[in-house]
Amino acid sequence: MEHNISVNLKIWRQRGPKEKGQFVNYKLDNVSTGSSFLEMLDMLNQQLVERGEEPVVFDSDCREGICGMCSLYINGHPHGPVQGITTCQLHMRKFNDGDTITIEPWRSAAFPVIRDLMVDRNAFDKIQQAGGYVSFNCGGAPDANATPISKEVADTAMDSATCIGCGACVAACKNGSAMLFVSAKVSQFALLPQGQVERKRRARAMVRKMDELGFGNCTNTGACAAECPKNIPLSNIARLNREFINAKCSE
Amino acid sequence: MYQMISDDNPYETPMMIFPASHYTMGGIWVDYELQTSVKGLFAIGECNFSDHGANRLGASALMQGLADGYFVLPYTMQNYLSDQIKVARSTFDTSHPEFDKAEADVRARIQRLMDIKGTKSPDEIHKRLGHVMWNLVGMGRTLQGLVKAIDEIEEVRKEFYNDLRVVGKADDLNTELEKALRLEDFLVIARMMAIDALNRNESCGAHFREEYQTADGEAARRDDQYMYVSCWKYTGDNVKPILIKEPLNYEAIKVQTRNYKS
Ligand code: SF4
Ligand code: FES
Repeated sequence: MEHNISVNLKIWRQRGPKEKGQFVNYKLDNVSTGSSFLEMLDMLNQQLVERGEEPVVFDSDCREGICGMCSLYINGHPHGPVQGITTCQLHMRKFNDGDTITIEPWRSAAFPVIRDLMVDRNAFDKIQQAGGYVSFNCGGAPDANATPISKEVADTAMDSATCIGCGACVAACKNGSAMLFVSAKVSQFALLPQGQVERKRRARAMVRKMDELGFGNCTNTGACAAECPKNIPLSNIARLNREFINAKCSE
Repeated sequence: MYQMISDDNPYETPMMIFPASHYTMGGIWVDYELQTSVKGLFAIGECNFSDHGANRLGASALMQGLADGYFVLPYTMQNYLSDQIKVARSTFDTSHPEFDKAEADVRARIQRLMDIKGTKSPDEIHKRLGHVMWNLVGMGRTLQGLVKAIDEIEEVRKEFYNDLRVVGKADDLNTELEKALRLEDFLVIARMMAIDALNRNESCGAHFREEYQTADGEAARRDDQYMYVSCWKYTGDNVKPILIKEPLNYEAIKVQTRNYKS
């Protein structure tokens, strides 16, 4: 059942993108094990504000695992030690009384720190804008049976589409590669009829943009898939490679 | 997912369920072209009031975003832009007095909040406002409760302007200031929601006034008096908004009451 614990927090504090950062230690008592990780940080911030100090800046929005904002590196894992969840879905019951918890921002050249734990993930938006969409006139609703899509294909596309663009894959990768993200976004369209018109152009444009923005190359280490909160599988990267080669050859 | 949040296995322990508000109905007034009362400013998706009526299901917000973005705006915005074609491009800059005024207003607003130098963080005051809304302007509403809510919101508002504390600097990335600015808007909206709920002496959709229910506890609508959309015209933070009624005239359908029982 729920009880209260005390934790030692080691948090990365950095005033701005150009400034030097450092770890600062905080001790936090009476943390309910039923509270979420972000509620624990809210609690810390409330105490800091009461002392007249500036709160720890971090991003969050939905707090239910769907927006991808809560980009925290906790004890050496993006989104914390529990598999298949985002930071906002992590609860304090996963920690013990007296634990030291290290919290860092995403560390990747393509995601500069804005302040403390908040990073600029604009690079992902730029990749999306390069091709992560379908542009056709919807018109009236077609007959549902006119374009049959097999369950297997529909499921795979849906699984790829569950990528929330959080950037944990990049943060986990020793090369800072965005391949898992880009492959998920390319796959979700390449598998479905709506995505066919721009299929080749999309693969080329998104990969080009990814390279241009300074993301690293993929060496098939697989850290991305292991840390992805949505369990996006590596097979997406294989599909992206195929899509890209295909698109390049027919250029 | 339930297990992830509650740490209980729902196959073994019964799930803990209670109703909670997930949404508020209504939003920014727009015309059929999705243009707001500010000319040239369009509001699409879940921030406007247009599609969902008195109640909406979770995913209808997505539907609204898609429908507004795909089907409506691409056609209606052109109507507005077509009139703008005569405006010289060279005048598209920020050297207009309106820009200076807007900037000065925002700076003054920020400075005002920074200067309060009280003792309560935006989160603390926000929670207090949240409690008032949850308890009195939530799922079940009553005449007395709403009158009380309006008083209590006023109390919170006073606390905000007298005892707010925004740490940090105004010209920095300051999340506390951001929260304070949002909260300032919430105070205006909260008050308007309570006034609106008080005005509507019937139960309809997600608005359940406890005084107006059928013998078996269902919402009792009063179509003879409330067949209108309540649009509230903002005239200042401290002034009561003005009610503009937009009558609901249905031509193609017969107005009915949803009934799950027969
Ligand atoms: S692939 Fe996974 S880790 Fe990468 S952005 Fe998408 S959800 Fe996040
Ligand atoms: S805050 Fe939205 S996914 Fe965590």
